[in-house]
Amino acid sequence: MNIHEYQAKEIFRRYGIPTPKGIPAFSVGEAVTAAQKLIEDTGNEVVVVKAQIHAGGRGKAGGVKVVKGAEAAKEAAEGLMGTTLVTHQTGPEGKVVQRLYVEQGLAIANELYLALTVDRESKRVAIMASSEGGVDIEEVAEKSPEKIHKVWIDPAVGLMPYQVRQLAFGLGLSKKASKGFGKLVSALSELFTKEDCSIAEVNPLIVTEDEDVVALDAKINFDGNASFRHAAWEELKDLSEEAPTETEAKAAGLSYIQLDGNIGCLVNGAGLAMSTMDTIKHFGGEPANFLDVGGGASQEAVTKAFKIILQSDAVQGIFVNIFGGIMKCDVIANGVVAATKELGLKVPLVVRLAGTNVEQGKEILASSGLDITPADTMAEGAQKIVELAGKGA
Amino acid sequence: MSILVSSDSKVIVQGLTGSAGTFHAGQCMDYGTKIVGGVTPGRGGQTWENPSGSGTAPVFDTVREAKEKTGADVSLVFVPPPFAADAILEAVDAEVELVVVITEGIPVMDMLKVRRVLDGQSTTRVIGPNCPGVITPGTGEGSKGGCKIGIMPGHIHRKGNIGIVSKSGTLTYEAVGQVTALGMGQTTAVGIGGDPINGTGFIEILEMFQEDPETEGVILIGEIGGNAEEQAAAWIKENFTKPVAGFIAGVTAPPGKRMGHAGAIISGGKGTAAAKIEALQDAGVKVAPTPSHMGETIKELLGG
Repeated sequence: MNIHEYQAKEIFRRYGIPTPKGIPAFSVGEAVTAAQKLIEDTGNEVVVVKAQIHAGGRGKAGGVKVVKGAEAAKEAAEGLMGTTLVTHQTGPEGKVVQRLYVEQGLAIANELYLALTVDRESKRVAIMASSEGGVDIEEVAEKSPEKIHKVWIDPAVGLMPYQVRQLAFGLGLSKKASKGFGKLVSALSELFTKEDCSIAEVNPLIVTEDEDVVALDAKINFDGNASFRHAAWEELKDLSEEAPTETEAKAAGLSYIQLDGNIGCLVNGAGLAMSTMDTIKHFGGEPANFLDVGGGASQEAVTKAFKIILQSDAVQGIFVNIFGGIMKCDVIANGVVAATKELGLKVPLVVRLAGTNVEQGKEILASSGLDITPADTMAEGAQKIVELAGKGA
Repeated sequence: MSILVSSDSKVIVQGLTGSAGTFHAGQCMDYGTKIVGGVTPGRGGQTWENPSGSGTAPVFDTVREAKEKTGADVSLVFVPPPFAADAILEAVDAEVELVVVITEGIPVMDMLKVRRVLDGQSTTRVIGPNCPGVITPGTGEGSKGGCKIGIMPGHIHRKGNIGIVSKSGTLTYEAVGQVTALGMGQTTAVGIGGDPINGTGFIEILEMFQEDPETEGVILIGEIGGNAEEQAAAWIKENFTKPVAGFIAGVTAPPGKRMGHAGAIISGGKGTAAAKIEALQDAGVKVAPTPSHMGETIKELLGG
């Protein structure tokens, strides 16, 4: 689960991590008021107006404006609010800016990079720090990997002081900056664990001209599996950042991702759903979505899933591919029939059923009067739907 | 022969009295698995009844007591995510040899702790979480009489000579179904789960298949995310002498999107299917062109 920079910084401050003074704004007017207040509070005319979207690469895409004075802040806010930002993480369609964050400007002496992630290989939380901040860290990792310093946190003892020293020496920080960095990295590692993060990234982490270490940016991803112990996450969600169908599907307990093609897929199991997409592509088609109805979905959830597919304008054919384990084929069949009864079926439908209660499932579909093309294997089904739906736009 | 479990395995079920636990433990028992007891804290002393009417099992308050009283060597875990890490560690503490965790949705922070404990001991092996479990088919009707520890449909299996190891549940069923339909069968099918941090990886299962004289070939099913497949490929190249058919799900998955499984995500250009397929092919693994060809691929490798 993603949150905005200004929300991440609020959490940072709770853990004592230094951040610039800043105020979120939901309109141009609010942005101007925020800028005025910051200029008054800090005695510094320089403020930064930052677009708040759930994607990195905002700086390069023109989503961050450093300006002098409230009037200039107004212009910057007007220029950003409501525009579509395209970054390397948004995809070509970009994201519409609906929230801004206005921040005090700081005199930067040095830009660093700091990130925590779950490292699957070592099965630990890894901390990565680099003296090359403010740039694309993947490029640094490729071109000069020696500039990225890493330590791994042992969950039994937590982050140890020697590890913090290793990072600080590796970054070549001054004595004062090392102290600030140590405090910050310790606090961030505590935050990471307690708040169930999957990523926490500060790029750049800056050393100011006064040798203070400050998180100039903040990115947090939460581990969605831990939502049961974080009631507060509900308020941090920005539903405008998600495709409405994806939100709707999630509420029904479905895992759904919208794609660009014209063949709707309804599948049980993540691996099978992914490889159904792959197989459709293999035969020259384009999947319209990834949809995993999960292991033990109810008939209602299946009905909901099928409705989501039926309601998509892009869908010119549907492929239902089920290998029943816990999932029973008759539940799927009933769900498909219920959804089509309500919404009608205007596009070709290929159904492949296998596994638990397959005979009952086939019987329900056969007696429904629906125009269904049956298939025995996933490959056969994929080939048929590609032929029936056409190879896409 | 088989790996991990056999018809002699004695199984307790953590979370037996819950709805998932009751349904699936019943199915396992009907298959022939020796379900010897269950654990639900606060319900010790009760007797669990298989909904099919074919048997009962005593319920205990703690894993330690269940193991002592029943002689169980395997625990099957259905405990919900908020309590799952605690349940796994209770089984580790009770020195249960094999713990199969079906539970989906355990927080990564919890699994990091579990993993840390597992790395400090050698008595207990954990399979999963977020997996269909482990099955060694038997010789009865619909492969009954073997040992099914999990949620997979038993009837699609058949006793035979193919080992299967997979991150994905339903793709395991695909592979099993194809192998059975082609007249072959399975020694053991193992779902290792699609979470970023799990109990047992590909290589450990491959080591067991290597040692198992009845396993003549292996189907390995991976998916995008992480680098477990690349590591397995490197290990196969150096150590594994039996034919391997492979499949990787997610060739067309868009980067940055989590494809159902918590672990199935391409980020920063890492964990792509293309890289995994290349690594497997380089190790001599024959990668099936579509998931419908996993069975045929292993059959060809074994000389048709």
